[in-house]
Amino acid sequence: MFGLFESGFQLFSWGNALMLLIGGALIYLGIAKKMEPLLLVPIGFGILLVNLPLGGLMDYELQITNTTGVPAKVISIEVDETSKIGENDVILQLDSGEILAPIYGRIKQVEVSPGQEVAPGEIVATMITTAQTDQARLPTKPMGLLSRIFAYGIMWQVIPPLIFLCLGALTDFGPMIANPKTLLLGAAAQFGVYFAFFAALATNLFVPDGFTIAEAASIGIIGGAEGPTTIYVTSFLAPHIIGATAVACYTYMALVPIIQPPIIKLLTTKTERAIYMKPQMREVASLEKIIFPLITAVIVILFVPMSAPLIGMFMVGNLFMTCGVTDRLSKTAQTTLIDILTIFLTLCIGATMTAGNFLQPKTLLVLFLGVVAFATATAAGVLMAKLMNLFSKQKINPMIGAAGVSAVPMAARVVQVMGQKANPKNFLLMHAMGPNVAGAIGAAIAGGVFLGMVG
Amino acid sequence: MAQEIIEVPLTGKITSVEVKVGDKVKEGDVICFIESMKMENPILDPVDGTIVQINVTPEQIVKPGETIAIIEY
Repeated sequence: MFGLFESGFQLFSWGNALMLLIGGALIYLGIAKKMEPLLLVPIGFGILLVNLPLGGLMDYELQITNTTGVPAKVISIEVDETSKIGENDVILQLDSGEILAPIYGRIKQVEVSPGQEVAPGEIVATMITTAQTDQARLPTKPMGLLSRIFAYGIMWQVIPPLIFLCLGALTDFGPMIANPKTLLLGAAAQFGVYFAFFAALATNLFVPDGFTIAEAASIGIIGGAEGPTTIYVTSFLAPHIIGATAVACYTYMALVPIIQPPIIKLLTTKTERAIYMKPQMREVASLEKIIFPLITAVIVILFVPMSAPLIGMFMVGNLFMTCGVTDRLSKTAQTTLIDILTIFLTLCIGATMTAGNFLQPKTLLVLFLGVVAFATATAAGVLMAKLMNLFSKQKINPMIGAAGVSAVPMAARVVQVMGQKANPKNFLLMHAMGPNVAGAIGAAIAGGVFLGMVG
Repeated sequence: MAQEIIEVPLTGKITSVEVKVGDKVKEGDVICFIESMKMENPILDPVDGTIVQINVTPEQIVKPGETIAIIEY
């Protein structure tokens, strides 16, 4: 009666309980351990909200039609309204076959009654699901607050590129312009993206229901260590795993100080880690900083057109900062705008993590392959730096290659701390910022390449 | 006695100075912190020795190449 006796308890599952624990753990890590609180607190709360059944924040409406291809008569209705159903559960028996639920969820309304004739393609029921479906195959209509923000903000690819605009206004390309060689290190680290892509495809050799090419590309891009890029690419190619890839990417970025040092130590000697680099780099003129985003946007977009939304926004944001006459725009992008976008993005990412979406064996595989992507990206950057030392007279500290994974500025910070430890005289931060920002460009390009290839 | 000059490695603001003239310092000790790019960066002492001069104070904006401290060893 007016929803008075309708509570979420009947539909609450052990999966929801587990997700509440995961959401609670993220909120705890954010508040008590101060680990990426700006990300983990809203993501954690988003998880809580969508795992309370009937709250409806992440609901999508899906229409079930007569898919048998012929006119048919309804024999029986196998579900109750508002009852919970799993994928492939029978909804209706028709005289020409069964109508199965294409995805998990609950029935909102059955539109036919026994004995009724239904034409091919006619709507027989509507259901509510929280799943991210492939819109070409199973088009859905967002019905909740967060599913609407998700659909029009993320699936329409609006929020991630706008975040890139803000990141552009926060990125100083000076260290990279001063030492353009570091571009190579940022590019080398993208090897991790392609390695994880092929590793994800290789899972098909071992498990029957492995990853598709589109899913593998979305997993590979985790290695780019750029949250918005990962979300952008996954929203295009494999929206049903967006929760897993986004969480893997942001979690591993927070864990960069734990993931990277053992790999760097394994691939370098103590003497290499102690290689001294003069802190002073050449002064970069403001004209160079103004021209850089213009030229980069033109060249990169001509080569990889699909990277235009990310690179275009990144560079316009950067120009706001460097040109000296748009301080108001730059300040807004650096502060208010990025905060607003982060609230929408993170709540939505948490909201994709309903028990049905997240608690699947594939999620664990995504998380595992995400670490592989980060680790190989780190290794590739370091090895590239060592290779460059073979050909150059002025040696670079190979650790700065590890900063090529992007994860700005955490990876550069790791290199700085390890560099100081190996040789207290060393101050590698600015040297590491070069490959670090180059890695951000590299990740966006890698994303564009995937979209061009697979999308 | 040899002297080691510790220079500012990057543009930023000195947030605190952890030593004073006359202090005995060991390799790896923190001399001061510089805030730059929203990060607090410790400046470490590269040699065992004694501080003979300090040229920076908290809140001071510093540029690369400026002297932070001189250590005799």
